[in-house]
Amino acid sequence: MAIEPLLEVESLRVRFRTDSGDVAAVNDVSFSLQPGETVGIVGESGSGKSQILMALMGLLAKNGKASGSVKLRGQQILGLKDSALDRFRGQVMSMIFQDPMTSLNPFLRVSTQLTEVLIKHRGMSQADALDASIAMLSRISIPEAAKRIGLYPHEFSGGMRQRVMIAMALLCEPAVLFADEPTTALDVTVQAQILDLLKDLTRRMGTTVVLVTHDLGVVASICDRVIVLYGGRIMESGPVEQIFAQPLHPYTQGLLASMPRLSASTQGELVTIPGQPPSLAIESVGCPFAPRCVLADEHCRTVRPIPQRNADQEVSCHKVTL
Amino acid sequence: MSAAPLLSVKDLKVHFPLKGGLFREKRVVKALDGVSFDLGVGETLGIVGESGCGKSTLCRAVLRLVEPSDGEISWLGNDFMHLSGEALRRERRNMQIIFQDPLASLDPRMTVRQTVEQPLLNFPSGMTGEARRALIADTVNLVGGHPRWLDRFPHEFSGGQCQRIGIARALVLQPKLLVCDEPVSALDVSVQAQIINLLMRLQGEMGLSYMFISHNLAVVRHISHRVMVLYLGKVMEIADRDEFYRRPLHPYSQALISAVPLPDPVEERNKQHVRLTGDIPSPINPPSGCRFRTRCPKATQICSDVEPKLMDHGGGHIAACHHIG
Repeated sequence: MAIEPLLEVESLRVRFRTDSGDVAAVNDVSFSLQPGETVGIVGESGSGKSQILMALMGLLAKNGKASGSVKLRGQQILGLKDSALDRFRGQVMSMIFQDPMTSLNPFLRVSTQLTEVLIKHRGMSQADALDASIAMLSRISIPEAAKRIGLYPHEFSGGMRQRVMIAMALLCEPAVLFADEPTTALDVTVQAQILDLLKDLTRRMGTTVVLVTHDLGVVASICDRVIVLYGGRIMESGPVEQIFAQPLHPYTQGLLASMPRLSASTQGELVTIPGQPPSLAIESVGCPFAPRCVLADEHCRTVRPIPQRNADQEVSCHKVTL
Repeated sequence: MSAAPLLSVKDLKVHFPLKGGLFREKRVVKALDGVSFDLGVGETLGIVGESGCGKSTLCRAVLRLVEPSDGEISWLGNDFMHLSGEALRRERRNMQIIFQDPLASLDPRMTVRQTVEQPLLNFPSGMTGEARRALIADTVNLVGGHPRWLDRFPHEFSGGQCQRIGIARALVLQPKLLVCDEPVSALDVSVQAQIINLLMRLQGEMGLSYMFISHNLAVVRHISHRVMVLYLGKVMEIADRDEFYRRPLHPYSQALISAVPLPDPVEERNKQHVRLTGDIPSPINPPSGCRFRTRCPKATQICSDVEPKLMDHGGGHIAACHHIG
């Protein structure tokens, strides 16, 4: 790849200090983003998928600490002060969250919340910012945008609120958009609208998207590449076609096999992954998936697999060779 | 189904009155507006629809946790709609419910043993303490739990384990009907399959009937025998599982199925996309004629003038639309 990566994450670790000891949420996660691609990060609850985004945005909770290296267009951004990060946040990278109701301010009109972004980051006048915000709302197919912009968040439906969030995130045309489960709280019909919209907008604006989700269907429908996380570590990553057609890691295989299919009638028992998602408080010495893996042996439980990489794929497992 | 249905619901309505002002006319939210269906012994009826379509209200109304405004419910051939007091309570031991949020549906201050014991204390049957303890242990074992679980509290368990405990509590009285209100929606994919398998195994062993609500159409396809689609408090379509997914007749069902992103990039790219615009309208003032017409790609004049009736399109495949065929 000749193009310089837009974002380069290397050995990212996130630790949380809690009363009952340290919790390792993200361990040695490395990946890079090419301009214009959409990357999905999938994992179960507690896999650390959201905390990766929070660390990249500098939004970790007070007891959290990130280490490693995160380079945005070649510049180190991990560990920057809030004031320094603010030059990037909103402008170069922005974020949308799962629940649009709790991430919009219920006391402020949508117009205030949208124009604020432009006034602060772009130094626009109130009138120009309002025009630009209305234009953005129409772009994301909110009907009667000029009228609706004066409403409060509670006057919008869930899907419309999520559109407002997306509009807010894209106002400054950022290079990277981080989306944390953006459609999980929505109905499938509305989810389909929002996914179409994201696909269309990011293609037209050339935005790079990192989408965190637990839904493999969402990944398959809009992502170019996928990273599979388990216990805060990357199990496998690669182009979606490849991963869905031929998953290498036993965890990915299990996940795909355990999903009932819409397009085919399934009989009998579903394939399951035995056991429960791991607790992060106790960091395993071996492969984090070993306690639930059917292929695991003593080696897996005691020695952590080293990531095997080729041009576009990566897998961490003793039992497979790339 | 040749045998008498376990549950038969006719024209069930639930209307919630809104507070009217002095000069404002009294308005009602028609959460359910004439829903009819039968549920056979050992059958699973999957209920799908967007939020606000009345899925959860239907479940609660069938158990009379919400009082229906009108309609008939018959349970094992007897009237259930007009039971009250002790008679209602006694009948309810045969119908249980499990909820979406497994942790929130358990009392945080009760151990698993106390939680599962509670229904037995509510319906005393002269069982000795010893027999009760044995039954609790058996039930927890039945749902895949461990004897170690019995003296622990809910916060010590993961979501999937809590859901198993909720199922044990529901099953300890050996009910005939289990209402499942989004029981796997809050669970991780890998755990979801475990709970679905458990529910299906229990159905085989105990001859349970399920009303299974979910917004996940793939899960519904796997677990259900028949599927019912609700929209704004009305039934749009009822059909056998495979028939429904192979040949959905109602434009709303087609759009719902098409909206589910498939976990396969190739299939997903090649499938036909039917996109709905807009959101579900307010149930206070539903559209005239067919309720779905405001979002329907096939809507014409007749749809706003005449409300389509549910009609059988062959083999018990029932749908309400003017534009079928």
